[in-house]
Amino acid sequence: MIHPLPSGTRDVLPDETREVRAITDILRGVFERHGYGEVYTPALEYESVLARAELAEARPAYRVFDETGAVLVLRSDMTVPIARVVATRYAGSEPPLRFCYFAHCYRGVRPQRGQPRELLQAGIELVGSPAPEGTAEALSVLCRCLAATGLKDYRVGLGDASLFPALMVSLGVPEQARPRLLEALVMRNFVGLERMLAESGISERDSALLLEVPQRRGGPEVLGELPAPAHEAATGLRQVHELLPAEVAERVIFDLGLVRNIGYYTGAVFEVYDPALGGPIGGGGRYDDLLGRFGRRLPAVGFALEVDRLHIALAGEERGTGALLERAQDGIPG
Amino acid sequence: MSPINGLTIAVPRGALFEGTVDLLAALGLDTEELRSNDRKLLFADIGVITMRPTDVPTYVEAGAADLGVTGKDVLLEQAADHPGEGGREVYELMDLGYGRCTMVLASKAGPDPAREALRRLGVMRVATKYPRIAARHLEGTGRQAEIVEVKGSVELAPLTGMVEAIVDLTATGTTLRENNLVIREEIVECTARLIANPVAHKLKASPIDDLMARLRGLPAAGGA
Repeated sequence: MIHPLPSGTRDVLPDETREVRAITDILRGVFERHGYGEVYTPALEYESVLARAELAEARPAYRVFDETGAVLVLRSDMTVPIARVVATRYAGSEPPLRFCYFAHCYRGVRPQRGQPRELLQAGIELVGSPAPEGTAEALSVLCRCLAATGLKDYRVGLGDASLFPALMVSLGVPEQARPRLLEALVMRNFVGLERMLAESGISERDSALLLEVPQRRGGPEVLGELPAPAHEAATGLRQVHELLPAEVAERVIFDLGLVRNIGYYTGAVFEVYDPALGGPIGGGGRYDDLLGRFGRRLPAVGFALEVDRLHIALAGEERGTGALLERAQDGIPG
Repeated sequence: MSPINGLTIAVPRGALFEGTVDLLAALGLDTEELRSNDRKLLFADIGVITMRPTDVPTYVEAGAADLGVTGKDVLLEQAADHPGEGGREVYELMDLGYGRCTMVLASKAGPDPAREALRRLGVMRVATKYPRIAARHLEGTGRQAEIVEVKGSVELAPLTGMVEAIVDLTATGTTLRENNLVIREEIVECTARLIANPVAHKLKASPIDDLMARLRGLPAAGGA
C-alpha cells in the first residue's frame, strides 16, 4: 500500500539519517565548544506570541486550534521562540547568553523547488552581544562549523540590512518612495529599481548611486572605495571586517545589496553559498529590536543552517567519497 | 571556443532566440552551431543551454545556469505578488531591450463584450496563457473575473464564446486583428531580460559584472 505524505514533507531512512546525524554531531560539537548550550522548544506556539516578530518570508503557515479555541502555529524558525525563552526564562540573567538548537521548522513554501515545508535547522543565537563583536563571533562560529563538516568551497555573503535604508535617508529620498525602492531590492529586481529611480524625481547622481551601490559585491575593497554617503552607511560592515580572524575574512564576500526576506533583521545579514548548490545553505544576521518586542531589550545575532542543504552541498563536493562518515567516526575536528 | 567569462547561460528558443544569439555573437561567442543545430540542447563548449523561455527561470534559480535570458512576461507570470511569497529566486539584472511586446486585454470588435458581461453578470471570463498576470491586473483594477487558462491559441476562446476577453502578449497586433479582436487595455510592456542565479551572482561577481559592462557597451542592448 502507498500512503501519501503532505506536500513538502518526507521520510528519512537509515542511510540518509546516518549521514545527517554525522553532520549534526559535528555541528553540535562546534557549538558546544564555543559555549552554546542546546535548547528545545515546542514545535507549536501561540500565534499571538510569534506574531510579535515581523517574519515576512518565514511567516508561520500551519495553524491549529487548541481546546480553548486559541490559535496555535507550527514554528517557522527558531529565532523567535528563543527570543521568547530569553524574555521569560532568562529575564534576570547577565548577558551574553549563548544558545544552539537542532529543530524542525515549518514553512508554506511552494513545492517542487527543492524547498521542503518541514526543514531541519541547526543554528545559534548570541543574545546580549552587540555589533560588531557579536557579529564577528557568530561569523567565526559559522565558518568553524562549515570547516568542521569538511565543506571546502563555501563562501559567506555579508551585507547590512540597514545599509540601503540609511543610504536612502542620507540622500534625502522622500519617505513615501522608500518602501517601494526597498521592495524592488528585496525582490532582486534591478531593472525595476532603475525605472522607479528614474521616475522618482531623485537627482541623476543620487539615483546612480542607489542603483550601483547595492550591486557591489566582492572582497574588502568594496568597502573602501565608496562615495561619501555610502561610505558612512557601510561603517558597520567595516567594523565587523576588522574583527574577523583571517580564516573567516577570506571566506567573506561583502555584498552591499544583501537583504534577507525576514523582517526582523536590523544590521549585518549573511548567507552561506556553495558552488554545489543554486541557493543559500543557510544564513542569519543581527536582530537588535526583536528581544525588546518580547520585553527584554538586548541586541542579538544568530544564524541557521539548513541541514539538508548542507548535506546536498557536501554530497555534491564529495561525490561519494564517503569522507563525511569517516570524519564523523574519526572524532570531530575543528 | 570557451564559454563567455566561464559562465553558463540559459538561452530561450523561440521569439527571443535570434536576438539573444546575436547578442552572444557580439560578445565574441562562436554561435554557428547554436544557430544551425536546433535539436541540440546543451552546447557545453560555449557554455550555452537552450530551452523554452518559461523554463529559463527554473534552470537559473536551481543554479543549472549562472545567467539566463527570458521575457519580462515570463518573469511577471512566475513572480511573487509581494516579497517573500514564493517568487523565483533570481536577480533581474538588465533590460536587454529586444523582443518588445505588450501584454494586452483584448475582446471582439464592436461593443466590448467584456464590459457588457461585467455590467450584467458581474464577472468577465478571460482566457489567457498568463493566469497570474491576468488575475493581478483585473484584481488591481477592481474587476471580478473568471480566468480560464489555455495552452494554445488564445484568440480562439472569445471567438467561440467561451470567454468575453483575453489577456495575451502581442508584438504587432496582426494576429489579434486577423481574428477580429481589438486591444482594450495595455497592461505592461515586455522585453528580454538578463537574469542571474543568486549564488552565482556572488560567487562569480566579477565575470558577471564584466559581461554586463560589455553588454552595456553594445548598441543592441542596454541602450533601450
